[in-house]
Amino acid sequence: MHNSSPSHPSHRPSEQPSAGGKAVLSVSGLTKEYRVYDKPEGLLASVTGLFHRKNRVVEALKGVDLEVGKGEFVAMLGPNGAGKTTFLKLLSGIITPTRGTARVLGHVPWERTDDFRRRFALVMGQRNQLWWDLPAAESFRLHKEIYRIETRAFERTRDELVDLLGVRKLLLQPVRDLSLGERMKLELVAALLHEPEVLFLDEPTIGLDVVAQHALHRFLAHVQAERQMTVILTTHYMKDVAALCQRLVVVTEGSILYDGSLGQIVDRFTSHKIVTLDFDAPPEASRVERFGFPAEIRGPQVILRIDRTRIADALPGILREEGVRDVSVEDVPLEEIVAQLFRSGTSDAAGISAPTGTPR
Amino acid sequence: MSTTAGGRFAADQGFLARRLHAWRVWWTMLVICLEERLVYRGDFILGTLMRFLPIVTQVFLWTAVFGATSSGSIAGYSRNDIVAYYLLTMVSRAFSSMPGLAGGIARGIRDGSVKKYLVQPVDYVSYLLAARIAHKLVYYAVAILPFAGVFLFCREYFPPIPDWSTIGVFVISLLLSFLLGFFMEATLGMLGFWFLEVSSIVFAYMLVQYMLSGHMFPLDMLADIPTGIPGLSVAGLVRFLPFEYTAYFPAAVWLGKVQGAELVRSLLVETAWVVVMAVACRIAWWRGTRRYSAFGG
Repeated sequence: MHNSSPSHPSHRPSEQPSAGGKAVLSVSGLTKEYRVYDKPEGLLASVTGLFHRKNRVVEALKGVDLEVGKGEFVAMLGPNGAGKTTFLKLLSGIITPTRGTARVLGHVPWERTDDFRRRFALVMGQRNQLWWDLPAAESFRLHKEIYRIETRAFERTRDELVDLLGVRKLLLQPVRDLSLGERMKLELVAALLHEPEVLFLDEPTIGLDVVAQHALHRFLAHVQAERQMTVILTTHYMKDVAALCQRLVVVTEGSILYDGSLGQIVDRFTSHKIVTLDFDAPPEASRVERFGFPAEIRGPQVILRIDRTRIADALPGILREEGVRDVSVEDVPLEEIVAQLFRSGTSDAAGISAPTGTPR
Repeated sequence: MSTTAGGRFAADQGFLARRLHAWRVWWTMLVICLEERLVYRGDFILGTLMRFLPIVTQVFLWTAVFGATSSGSIAGYSRNDIVAYYLLTMVSRAFSSMPGLAGGIARGIRDGSVKKYLVQPVDYVSYLLAARIAHKLVYYAVAILPFAGVFLFCREYFPPIPDWSTIGVFVISLLLSFLLGFFMEATLGMLGFWFLEVSSIVFAYMLVQYMLSGHMFPLDMLADIPTGIPGLSVAGLVRFLPFEYTAYFPAAVWLGKVQGAELVRSLLVETAWVVVMAVACRIAWWRGTRRYSAFGG
C-alpha cells in the first residue's frame, strides 16, 4: 500500500500470482444469469409482445468455484445446457459474469487485455478462426502477426503440429473444401501456434468419426504433456475424458456436481460391482434368485449387481454353482454413473431453481 | 528479430515498436483480405457491370426532362452538365459506398462469429478497414476499364479537364468520402449489438443517403428551397450533414462548382464528419461489446 515509487499498474498481475501460487486459473462464486423472453404461442401474443415482454432470469451458471493448476488437463462433462460453454466463454472473456470473480494467468478475462489474449486460445467446435475461402496456411500467417510469433518459432511450431496431425498436404487447400475432421485439426493448429499457456476446448470432437476422434485425442495428449499446457475441455463424450483427462468436473444445471479423478468417481458414486456369469445353458430364474442379488438374465448370461464389500464372500459360492463357464467382475461403466449423476443433478436443481425465475 | 530479451514476445515495447507491430498486423490483414476478395473475381466483374445500369436510366430520364422544357438549362445545369455530374457521382460512389458492410457486421454479431475478435488480440475496426480497402482495391482493378470506356465515350459532355490543384482536391475529397462512408456504415452495422436486425435501419439510411448525397439529383438544385429558418436553404442545411460528401461534393469539386473559401470550409466539414463518425464507430464497438458480454455472447 505504501508504494512511494511510481507504480506500473500493468505489471501488477505478474508480480503477485494468484493465491495458490501455482493456480493458473481460479474461479469463485462465478454466476451468469441470462434474461430470456418468453413468447407465448399465437399471433395475438406476438403482437402484444411488441409492446410488453415478460422476461425471466435463467441462471446458466450458479456460483461455480474451481481452481486449476499449471499443466492440468480438466474435462468438464455435462449434458446440453449444463453451462459448460457459458463457463468457457466467461474464462475467455467473451462474456462478463453477473457475480463472482475469475483469474486466468493473473488476469480478469473479461477485461480482455492484449497481454492476456496473447496467452490463451479458445477453440469452439463450430466457430472457426480459419478463413473460409483461403488455405489454412494464410490464416496461420495472420496468426503469426497477430500473436507476434517470431518467424523461426512460428515455422518450427507449425511444422511440428502439422506433422503430428498429418495435415501438411491440406495446408494449401481452401478451408471450405475440407471435411469437418480436417477443419477441426487445422483449427487446433491455428489455436496452438502461439503456444498458449491455457487452452479452452469446447466440444472438440463433436461430429467427428471414431478415427478422427482418436487422432485428436492422441494429438492433444501429446501436445499437452509436452508443453505443460493447462487445458479445459468440455464434452459430453466419456471417451474424451477417459483418453485425456486426469481430472473430471461434472456439471449440470450450472453447478459442479463432482470434481475429482476419474477413478474416484467410481468409488464415490457406486456401491456395487457388475458380475457377469456365463452359463452353459440359460439358467432358471429361481436358481439365479437364490444368489440373493439383483440379477438380470440374458439368455445364458446372468448379470449380477453385488455390493463391493460382499464380493469376496459371495463369489466362491456363486462359482461353485453348476454350469458356470466364465465370470467377469467389472466396475459400473462410467457412462452409467455419469448419466445417473446428470439425472440426479437435474432433479435436485429443478427443485431449487423453480422459485428463482423472477422477472426483473 | 535482434533484441527480443524477454522470451518470444518483446514484453516492454516502446510506443513506436507497438505502432510498427500494429501496422504489420494491419498490412498482413490487408494482403489476406485481398487474396480472399480475388477468390470471387467472377462475382466482381458482374457486379461492376451492373453498376452502370442505373446511370443509363438516369441519362434517359434527364434527356426526357430536357426535351420537355424549352429552356436549355435547369437550375444552372445543361443536359451535358447533368450527364457529366452523374458520371462523376458514380466515381464518388465507387469510393464511398460500402456494399454489405453494415449487414455483414450485424450478421457477425447475430451468428456469433464476432467472438473471434473478442478472443484474439486484434482490433476489429482496423480489420474491417483493411478488409474494405482490399475490397475496394480489387473493385477498382476490375472497374477501371469499364469506367475508362464510359468516360472516354462521354467525353464531350464534360467541361475541360480542371487544373492540377482541383484534381488534387478532388482526389482528397474521394479519399475522405471513402473514410466517411466506411465509418458511417460500420457504425450502423454495430447497431446490431442492440437490434437483432439492422436491415431496415440500413434501408432507411440508404434512402436518406440517396436523396441527400446528391446521388438522385445535384444538390444545388435545392438552393432556392427554404427550410423555414431565415437565411438557410435546404442546400445550405444539407451542406452541414455528412451525406453530400459521399456523392455530390467530389463531383462538384471536379466541375468547379465549389471554390475558394467555400471549398476549404466544405473540406473542413467533411474532415470533421470523418472524425466524428470514426469516434462514433469506436464508441459503438466499445459499448456494443460490453452489452454483448453482459447479455449474450
